[in-house]
Amino acid sequence: MSDATQETLGDRRPEGAAETFVKVSALREGTVIDHLVSGTALKVLSVLGMRFEGAVTIGLNLDSRKAGRKDIIKIERRELTPAEVARIALISPRATFSIIRDFKVVRKFTPELPAVVDGLVRCPNPSCISNANWVVTKFLVVRPDPLRVRCHYCERSLKKEEIELL
Amino acid sequence: MTSRPLATLSLAGRDLVSMRDFSREELLAFLDEATQFEGNEQPILRGKVLGSLFFEPSTRTNLSFSSAMQRLGGSVLGFADSKVSSTAKGESLVDTIRVVENYCDIILIRHPLEGAARLAAESTELPVVNAGDGTNQHPTQTLLDLYTIRQKRGRLDNLKIAFVGDLKYSRTVHSLIETLTHFDNELFLISPPTLRMPPEFIEELDARGTAWREDEDFFAVASDVDILYTTRIQQERFPDPVEYEKVKNAYRIDRASIERIGGRVTVMHPLPRLNEISRDLDSYPGSAYFDQARNGVTVRKAVLSMLLGVTRT
Repeated sequence: MSDATQETLGDRRPEGAAETFVKVSALREGTVIDHLVSGTALKVLSVLGMRFEGAVTIGLNLDSRKAGRKDIIKIERRELTPAEVARIALISPRATFSIIRDFKVVRKFTPELPAVVDGLVRCPNPSCISNANWVVTKFLVVRPDPLRVRCHYCERSLKKEEIELL
Repeated sequence: MTSRPLATLSLAGRDLVSMRDFSREELLAFLDEATQFEGNEQPILRGKVLGSLFFEPSTRTNLSFSSAMQRLGGSVLGFADSKVSSTAKGESLVDTIRVVENYCDIILIRHPLEGAARLAAESTELPVVNAGDGTNQHPTQTLLDLYTIRQKRGRLDNLKIAFVGDLKYSRTVHSLIETLTHFDNELFLISPPTLRMPPEFIEELDARGTAWREDEDFFAVASDVDILYTTRIQQERFPDPVEYEKVKNAYRIDRASIERIGGRVTVMHPLPRLNEISRDLDSYPGSAYFDQARNGVTVRKAVLSMLLGVTRT
């Protein structure tokens, strides 16, 4: 298990440059959502309902070796439900989740999208029956990356940027 | 009357909602069964009732299914206009299906909303047949198109098939093209730039390894094709009438154009036609569009009997 106490918001610093990163208090208990697609952090917070017991730290448009830019969110005293993780994976399929307990990363994972996503996505097609009757929406994951899903009812295919979460 | 259960590939109790739900083998089973119904009208569906729910008007599909059911000895009840059903009183689709399932053995549904047939199928244990859900699926149209192709060309593989006209909005074309990915053919997509095939269908062709070529010029590719599938360019798709005028006759096919490309192509059209196909083509031996309409009854006989689990001896 790695030590989470030394984390900073940002993970790259030019050789010899002065320490300019903003240090954030380490998490005793909570969740770090890293490698969010840059620009999606606020949407992720919206998905989580914006109701939090502890501190929430957000980093936007940070340097990332893998993706160039990324967002990151640290949430104190909260572990996410599988449904919340699935929603975030729909917004940012390569996000990583680290569960912190007693300052240690006890679990780190990148969620796999399920084959079928129930009740999480609204169909943007106004002529879809799921928008006209009381129907739990259902989307089939056609491919995970780049993400494409298909409405089980109207069969409309959606790219990631077209997905609207319920 | 003699009937037998399907021995090999049973589709009894299945729904026919979307062509995506069926394998190549199952599609061929429908077509093979349909050939058994050519000119054969044993009353094998006597005592069976088709619940025919048309929430929006239709002429050909409605009459064709009714004809198929009655010619096999079955009967039909239902409505051809949602204004005369409880929907007009605000009843939900699910409730309508739960009520109607008590009156029949198989349900046929046409609905203006996409996915309505899927929801109907999930609401009942009876087999449900999609007779068109908005711009989404119309699977028996696709089956009768496949049947006609095989009837006219003797096979469903190793063909050069050109789709001409509105490739952007045509439900018929989208469904047939997706279904043809089960087979090994070369597709030609001929349309004006504003009516090109949507990218998701192109991606699917690539993912399934189907060879395709896109072109605006009909004559650049048409001389080499076996099937010419033409569609109506719909005026309502064009906010600017000037744009419609530019393209409405862009791909008008007549006897002279067919002779220019060799005179051996099979010409198909889902009907109704406007100006896309000249009437002087009606006597051309390769014209198959009225055969498609006739095959609709044959294919629907096979669909009804197979889903009901009964077939001809």
